[in-house]
Amino acid sequence: MNYTSKTSKISTSIISSNNSTRDSLKRFGDKRISDLLVESRNINVHKQRVREFIIEKLVFIGGLTAIVFIALIFIFLFKEGVRAFFLIKPMEFIGTHILDFDDNRVFACMWQPVGEPGKFSIVPLLIGSFLVALPATVISTILGVGCGIYLAEIASIRMREIIKPAIELLAGIPTVVIGFLCLTLLATFIQNVFHTTFRLNAFVGAIGVSLVIIPVVASITDDALRAVPSELREASYGLGATKWETIWKVVVPAGISGITASIILGMGRALGETMIVIMATGNAALVTGNIFSSVRTMTATIAAELGAVPHGSSQYYALFLIGSVLFLITFVLNLIAEIIINRMRKKLKL
Amino acid sequence: MTIKKRNIFNAFFQGLCHGMAFLVIAVLIAILVKIVMSGAGVINLQFLIKEPTEGMTKGGIFPAIFGTICITMMMIILAIPVGVSTAIYITEYAGKGLLGRIIRASINNLAGVPSIVFGLFGVGFFILFVGRGIDKIAGFELLFGQPAMIWAASTLALLVLPVIIVSTEEAMNSVPVSLREAAFGLGATRWQVIRNVVLPQARSGILTGAILGISRGVGETAPILFTGCAYFLPRLPVFTIPYVNIPIINPLDQFMGLSYHIFIMATQSTNTAETRPIQYGTTLVLIALTFLLNLSAIVFRIYFRKRSR
Repeated sequence: MNYTSKTSKISTSIISSNNSTRDSLKRFGDKRISDLLVESRNINVHKQRVREFIIEKLVFIGGLTAIVFIALIFIFLFKEGVRAFFLIKPMEFIGTHILDFDDNRVFACMWQPVGEPGKFSIVPLLIGSFLVALPATVISTILGVGCGIYLAEIASIRMREIIKPAIELLAGIPTVVIGFLCLTLLATFIQNVFHTTFRLNAFVGAIGVSLVIIPVVASITDDALRAVPSELREASYGLGATKWETIWKVVVPAGISGITASIILGMGRALGETMIVIMATGNAALVTGNIFSSVRTMTATIAAELGAVPHGSSQYYALFLIGSVLFLITFVLNLIAEIIINRMRKKLKL
Repeated sequence: MTIKKRNIFNAFFQGLCHGMAFLVIAVLIAILVKIVMSGAGVINLQFLIKEPTEGMTKGGIFPAIFGTICITMMMIILAIPVGVSTAIYITEYAGKGLLGRIIRASINNLAGVPSIVFGLFGVGFFILFVGRGIDKIAGFELLFGQPAMIWAASTLALLVLPVIIVSTEEAMNSVPVSLREAAFGLGATRWQVIRNVVLPQARSGILTGAILGISRGVGETAPILFTGCAYFLPRLPVFTIPYVNIPIINPLDQFMGLSYHIFIMATQSTNTAETRPIQYGTTLVLIALTFLLNLSAIVFRIYFRKRSR
């Protein structure tokens, strides 16, 4: 066995340290043996304590790095984001009065940061983000929960061992690749089927994004359902329920908090997804409720504009403000999911 | 409901779940087949070892492959020490105390932060704050304060940190408490226990985490968009030390990356339709790279799980 050799190594190192005390005994023969033993052990123990202390502190610093960077992300995003309020009136983040073609003053929500004066309404971007994320969440809820139920309850052990890694592989496909395929193949396909005006639209993006979050929903649902104690299932079978009745009326309600958490986490991922939406949604900042219209999400706005924006301009800070909003939304969603999962753990006493 | 109806229901919904699982697998297979079919025609040795020519419409993708490998190596070198020591701290020192809980919660949040936010952070913190700060203090003329490989690698390292921490933590938690207690009973100190008992047992888990982290980092695009990726570079990001003529990777240079190459070729290059084959070829290389890494992680995990049983 592996560990026995390791433990014996430790014990030999302890013995060898005793040997070294014996050596020092020979050298300083004029002192009393017991004194020397105590003394040298004190030195050894002291040395060891110092080493332990240093290592513990080093490890502690390593552990602290995670917190420090989370804090730094918070501080930096918000520090730069808040500065946007000094340069742009808060009202302008909702909309501005503009002159339409008949010279009437109308209130419009527009994102045109490079114009003169720039228009910084984040309403179209918020709408764009949700117009992609909500359909994506719906699609991936249906498919992801279905996959999760299949993996946890229906699949044989052999099928499970094939399908579970395959779903993990799907999660491993880089998002830029999915975005690329949406752009080249899926967009054309969708346009031919639905005859949409925009080739690249929110729906294409939603399908692409759902591919990324299906594995998240499926694997967390799978975990949640497998944590349901088997006594519940057996009791249900004993009452004469069919397999599906057991799944739908016993197992799923018992694991519903885990499933909810997985959907919320999936939605957080959908809102934060960047490469797919920048390639597949057309990037037109429109205020619309039409799922087949081009939209511009918050993430795509940052990705498209940060590269060319001069440092210190109001657009630069506006982008950081969008980043802060995005961070806050996903932070809250993750927090809710985590609270739900923790509560479930306590309930099931895992 | 009659028994017959219930049985039909039973069969129908089980079949539905079956169908959904197979639909997802079918989509995965379709994606892979399409990429392999369209990409395999382009890939040959010339494609892999030549640089792009004629305004990126012909030639190979060697600089992108080179850049991706460099950035990933740099990322993992930065991420592993911090990630592993964080995991050690959480599992061995913090226990269930308040600080441990805070660290755990912040790691969970770090995992949920959108990748583009990391990109923003990379620009705001690494380039403009740290980089420009170094320039100002040392009196350089814009040396550190611009997009560079080192900043992109740092941003990516932050991104993969949760992956490494979580898998290391899991591996360390799976080492039986009795082993630790036995070592403590022999008079070993806490660090001796960690170094000689826990870490050797958790080695495979750490390795798996590192591989998963790398495969995540290889495919990410959003964080490196503004922190160091270049559209086209006429040279490799290599710096030759004067007098001794030893080429080393220059972390202060910009680089080309596979994922960024796909993005830029598909959306913003001179002729996106004509260069489709190159795009598919690049995609195939990227997919092959990430899948090999993912697959090796999965195989590792199965192998070590079987052995530990």
